[in-house]
Amino acid sequence: MHNSQRTQKIAFLFLFLATLLIVVPVGLIVVIIIQKGLPAINWQFLTDIPRQGMRAGGIFPAIVGTMYLVAGAIVFALPIGLLAAIYLSEYSKDNFLNRLIKLAIVNLAGVPSVVYGLFGLALFVIFLKFGASILSGSLTLGIMILPIIITASREALESVPDSFREVSLSLGASKWQTIRHIVLPNAVPGILTGTILGLGRAAGETAPILFTVAAFYLPRLPHSIFDQAMALPYHLYVISTQVPNVDEKIRYGTALVLLVLVLFMNLVAIIIRYKFRKKKKW
Amino acid sequence: MLVRKLKELIIEKIIFLCGVLSIIFVGLIFLFLLKEGLALFKFISPGGFLFGKSWYPISEPAQLGVLPLILGSLIVTLGAAVISIPIGVGCAVYIAEVAPAKTKEVLKTGIELLAAIPSVVLGFIGMVTLVPWVKNIFHLPTGLTALSGSIMLAFMAMPTIVSIAEDALYSVPKSYKEGALALGATRWQSIYRVMLPAASSGILAAVMLGLGRVIGETMAVMMITGNAAVIPQSILVPVRTLTATIAAEMGEAVVGSEHYFALFAVGIVLFVISFAINVTADLFLHKKR
Repeated sequence: MHNSQRTQKIAFLFLFLATLLIVVPVGLIVVIIIQKGLPAINWQFLTDIPRQGMRAGGIFPAIVGTMYLVAGAIVFALPIGLLAAIYLSEYSKDNFLNRLIKLAIVNLAGVPSVVYGLFGLALFVIFLKFGASILSGSLTLGIMILPIIITASREALESVPDSFREVSLSLGASKWQTIRHIVLPNAVPGILTGTILGLGRAAGETAPILFTVAAFYLPRLPHSIFDQAMALPYHLYVISTQVPNVDEKIRYGTALVLLVLVLFMNLVAIIIRYKFRKKKKW
Repeated sequence: MLVRKLKELIIEKIIFLCGVLSIIFVGLIFLFLLKEGLALFKFISPGGFLFGKSWYPISEPAQLGVLPLILGSLIVTLGAAVISIPIGVGCAVYIAEVAPAKTKEVLKTGIELLAAIPSVVLGFIGMVTLVPWVKNIFHLPTGLTALSGSIMLAFMAMPTIVSIAEDALYSVPKSYKEGALALGATRWQSIYRVMLPAASSGILAAVMLGLGRVIGETMAVMMITGNAAVIPQSILVPVRTLTATIAAEMGEAVVGSEHYFALFAVGIVLFVISFAINVTADLFLHKKR
């Protein structure tokens, strides 16, 4: 008995150490980036164009480019993802097609990001002749974040109790009216969480935009959705590996802006989910 | 009334269309990879492509054997597996079974945030911290090695492993554990003998999906593994993975050239690997339910 208690203590210690091995490095990564990046952040850095071959100046075009891409991706992915989730949760029966759709979603989520890049290049840039443009990049990113939005929205829709639907239907509402006025409003927080997580993912990905939109160095703002654009993650890649003698401060500063942007979105999503769980009426 | 019925019908059709769109997209991805990738085999046999030992895409004539790239991906993935599986599963058990409720929430949030860090940021931080360490510790000419890639990628696999394995442990019926405890087992014995075996298929799926993420990872691996497309002799040399090759070379490849087709063929290899991993993991996840 005594012996098994000791084994338990040792085992739990190891489990705790394993957890520390994840948590501590992550904490360190965030701290290092904040500590070394913060001195670079000032108004000029955030609002100026890159100068002297990206060795000076700011990152404004990259920030704007990322905003455009993320907005474009969500405009494309949110309606499709939401409707797909409605189909899975409200309309589809438990049959082969349903199984196939779920499998497709799992696979979309697992396709390597660089393969999305290839696909975007082949379909949007070359086949549909959109060229390397914000449009091509947004569509590629949109397909990539589709599974995130579908999965989160479906869970949110399915967690609305059936009794809500039954009451609405028994009052003579049609199926769509029930979905539109009863199910959807109650699923909004979950859908919002999924959407924001999708935004965060789209903002941080580099590989899908490499050949579909990203401009190496374009010290101006994009003119239209058929224009190329700089983007934060690609800019960070470029100044850390492709351009020699970039001041460390600028690299860390860019990393910090990207990290803050992505983590902020994720935190917002987590907070919404947390608040919603506490408030849940059923 | 009729108008309403019609409207409803149209909406239902649109919803159905969006529902099957996921299947269409997967089909389109595969189709376009095939369309551009299969053209390669006019120049080179599939065997020569998959088992060719040298990748010199811009020499004359181009040598397009992906074996060095496959082995590069494999060695980085194996290294990441060795690091991330014990740590990830251990952390999942700690969160699911050992940690107090409040700590649990904090840890889960932390793991979720780790998953959110963009890979290019991890690649950057790996370049400026990990790479010099590896260089100094092992007295190497360069720290841009498979090992550095493995360590960094382990951190990308761990969030997936932790969260899915934790779910698997959580979904084991409470009565299993209670039964074990009632028979006089310690908490650890109940975890080790009852909970882990009961959750094993979910944990296996977690590991597969985590490693799937590693194989598909692009930016971090391109930034810190040194990008030498040669068959790796150890884990302490620069390697190049399948993903990094596409990302690094597609910018220079001329559309419609042998090189261009070859990079799409590499994409097919990646797609097939990720497809196999995801389908198998999905089977494991749904096995017990």
